[in-house]
Amino acid sequence: MTARRLVYYAGIAMICAWILVPIWLIAVGAIGGRQGVFLWPKSLWPREFSFAAVELFLRIEGVGKALWNSVLAAALTMVLSVALGAPAGYALARFAFRGQNAYRLLILLTRAFPIAILALPLTVSFIRWGLYDTVFGVALVHTALALPFAALVSSSLFAGIPRELEEAAWVFGCTRLQAFAKIVLPLALPGIAATAIFAFVISWNEVFAASVLTVRERTLTAYLLTVLSESPLHFRFAGGLVLILPSVVFIFAVRRYLFAMWGIANR
Amino acid sequence: MKLLKAVSAAALLAFATAAPASAQETVFMSTQLRPIEEAQKVREIILRGAPGNPTYVTEQPPQLTVRMRAEAAASRRTVSLVGALHGELQPLLPAGALDDISDVAARLADRGIPANLMELGKLGGTTQAYIPWMQATYIMVANRRALPYLPAGADVNALTYEQLKEWAKNVRERTGQRRLGFPAGPQGLMARFFQGYLYPSFTGSAVSAYRSAEAEAMWVWFKDLWQYVQPNSASYNFMQEPLMADEVWIAFDHVARVLDALRQRPNDFVAFPAPAGPKGRGYMPVVAGLSVAKDAPNRAGAVALIEHLTLPRTQLLTAAEVGFFPVVRADLPADLAPGVRLAAGAIAATQNARDALVSLLPVGLGERGGEFNKVYNDTFQRIVLRNEPARAVLDREAENLRAIMNATQAPCWAPDAPSRGACPVN
Amino acid sequence: MRANAVLPYVLIAPSVLFLAAFFLYPLAQTVALSLSDADGFTFAHYARMAGDLNFKDALVNTFLLVAVVVPLQLIAALGMAQMLTKLRKGRDLVLWVWTIPLGVSDLAAGLVWLALLTDRGYLNSALFALGLIDAPTGWLSYETPVTLFFAIVLAEIWRATAIVLVILVAGLGLVPKEYDEAAQIFGATPWQRFTKITLPLLKPSIQTALTLRTVLAFEVFAVVFALGGTSFPVLVGEAYIWQFQNQNYAVASAYAVLVMAISLGATVFYLRVLRTPPEARG
Repeated sequence: MTARRLVYYAGIAMICAWILVPIWLIAVGAIGGRQGVFLWPKSLWPREFSFAAVELFLRIEGVGKALWNSVLAAALTMVLSVALGAPAGYALARFAFRGQNAYRLLILLTRAFPIAILALPLTVSFIRWGLYDTVFGVALVHTALALPFAALVSSSLFAGIPRELEEAAWVFGCTRLQAFAKIVLPLALPGIAATAIFAFVISWNEVFAASVLTVRERTLTAYLLTVLSESPLHFRFAGGLVLILPSVVFIFAVRRYLFAMWGIANR
Repeated sequence: MKLLKAVSAAALLAFATAAPASAQETVFMSTQLRPIEEAQKVREIILRGAPGNPTYVTEQPPQLTVRMRAEAAASRRTVSLVGALHGELQPLLPAGALDDISDVAARLADRGIPANLMELGKLGGTTQAYIPWMQATYIMVANRRALPYLPAGADVNALTYEQLKEWAKNVRERTGQRRLGFPAGPQGLMARFFQGYLYPSFTGSAVSAYRSAEAEAMWVWFKDLWQYVQPNSASYNFMQEPLMADEVWIAFDHVARVLDALRQRPNDFVAFPAPAGPKGRGYMPVVAGLSVAKDAPNRAGAVALIEHLTLPRTQLLTAAEVGFFPVVRADLPADLAPGVRLAAGAIAATQNARDALVSLLPVGLGERGGEFNKVYNDTFQRIVLRNEPARAVLDREAENLRAIMNATQAPCWAPDAPSRGACPVN
Repeated sequence: MRANAVLPYVLIAPSVLFLAAFFLYPLAQTVALSLSDADGFTFAHYARMAGDLNFKDALVNTFLLVAVVVPLQLIAALGMAQMLTKLRKGRDLVLWVWTIPLGVSDLAAGLVWLALLTDRGYLNSALFALGLIDAPTGWLSYETPVTLFFAIVLAEIWRATAIVLVILVAGLGLVPKEYDEAAQIFGATPWQRFTKITLPLLKPSIQTALTLRTVLAFEVFAVVFALGGTSFPVLVGEAYIWQFQNQNYAVASAYAVLVMAISLGATVFYLRVLRTPPEARG
């Protein structure tokens, strides 16, 4: 192995460590026991192993239901944001139409405005519309938050797929829809899966809307965070871990889609 | 795509079958007793066998306000009973979110809730807005390792502000670390320290003497104290963590926000009253109250729960389990957990101190309570952290304070002398 | 080609309607709130905001943070994406690890970095073990604004580079390999190939990543609160404080409208600077 190769692999390993070490430290905080978080100097290895904090979290009344609500809200967000965002992304990529930039600005608005400041009018509307305290209502707000990702990321994907491929299909007698379904969609699908993953993760981690818009139908994040802010430190680490792990596992489970992108590059 | 389809189908199904609330359920939403272990104790011990089929839900104070306002604006309710601090309930009244519960107050007449506490529950009006639920106050907690540095002749239970400075100075000089701590973070309760402790102790007032010469001298003194204060104080929201991390040795905070340190390591900490100044030992009792939401889906359940929670038996259980103290006549049991006993001792010492100077919670500020706190926090920021001249800052912020008082027409509350009309800022 | 005139509008219509109901409607109410009081139309809330103690600091801090964090993240993500293309084995695993921070909420990230950087945290423990310090040292207080700033920068880079990376990786996947191979045949250096081929072809993705990331960077506050408390005011943090601590919804709305205006300004800037002419789109 050349020296250059060595530097290269060392770089990759260092970036991995840069990402993983902080996650490991949350885990140490969560399982190192109540006093462990206050040790000085700290050690990278927990002094005692105790899953008591994590266990207590999982045993609180309603965590199971909150977990289910979180999964539902995230899944709904995923479906809705792709269904609404991908067509818009295609329009942005393929057509030069009036109002295109205005539309881009509109979808970015949703991320440019702090959602918490909208909480009051949004909650009033949701109560009137009967969406208050429902998982579906939470998913709708999360979709608004995930939409810019879905639309913009899919637009840059569609933009990267050569228009000639599609035009060739028309020449061979395909309708626009057929050409899209047979040529463009298969190429874009992995990237669209990536946007779906974004949507899932955005919904999973969103706290504020989920907490204000629900009372009993809390998502896991909202449920844990209301109890977290005043809880002892090792509980907070345990809560952090409990929240991080599922989305990490989720990203791992769907990594095939993330990586299918590479298939195109390597054709 | 199969995965997506399956998930969306499941999600829609779940949405369609989401069960409506059961008719007799009473949703009890509280900003207090929120930490995970406390909330579990409320559900499993304090509310066990309680009437009204309660569902105990916790919420952070800001979200509570948003939710209650929204439910009031849309006049459709989910929450029946609200448990929150005096200052958190105050803005809900002008927002039209709280029911008149004078009838409940009448039914609880035999509980022995002190008249002045009941009066607080009217929030400056004529009808009852909340029933007092639990009491607490602010205390000082010190690591035992700090005790050897106490100035000669100082009694930790009868400390003066001068002695506190001397003490913090000794700690800094001999350990090389600044180890006095205040909760001046974004969610800390620092404003209450100025309103209920520093100002009354130095000026005998919280509002009318805001820009007095004594106040100016007090700020200069406090700025001088700050050189012995742990600079991370600007990030502390709860003093129990820096106390347990040994980052801070002497701390001031709300009793519920240091209780965990006392409970975890009762042998390492002492708890004692806040210091006294030239005008006395200012202190501020904290009251958490129970309110019924206007148009509550289950008012009868909420009232039954209030009755349950104010039973002497429940009140004692609350003190023993979560360390908030009774509002009714009831003697604390002797077998309190050591940490809770430390806190109880400090509270008793505060209330019984000969030079005690009670400073009530602000009354009648409505939704301007937050901006009222901001005046004190900004004064602190400017004078102490940004080195602006005290006189100029006080004159400038006095304008803001006066504007709040005039807008709300709130009369003075103790320790300020009663006023006709808006409390004057002299 | 009449259909082509209508089709894009049909495609964007569902999302426009959706956003109108769930976003524009409450947004309009909030903007109205920031511009009115009991007597009708007023700019008083904006004046109150501009005259506030923390306003100038918050404005400067927010811009400084965005100006430092976003370019660093773009460079880091480009580098990481390039490293990935050369990796033969274990690419799936490495990409997975690098995208893990996507799943970490900003609150959890704030907690972790506080544990790392606080006085008695892991960083000081390591420095202590190396003999560089002999007692806990503070990095995050108002007395050490420079280290506090870099701590926040570090935490932000850790937390939010992954999103840029994924967008760029998705874009790179569509860059035909043939171009690169051709350039190699003509003897272009790796740097030339990167700047002359990869970067231009990646422009749509870079534009998307930069826009999204910048807008999100203007929204930063949870990590800042966790690390710096009140010592490092930022615009959105001030909006939260006005809304929840001071309970003045009108001034909070004014802050939020300001943040939005700034983000939109940045977006328009990117749209102009990184414009991809339609004829160049594939």
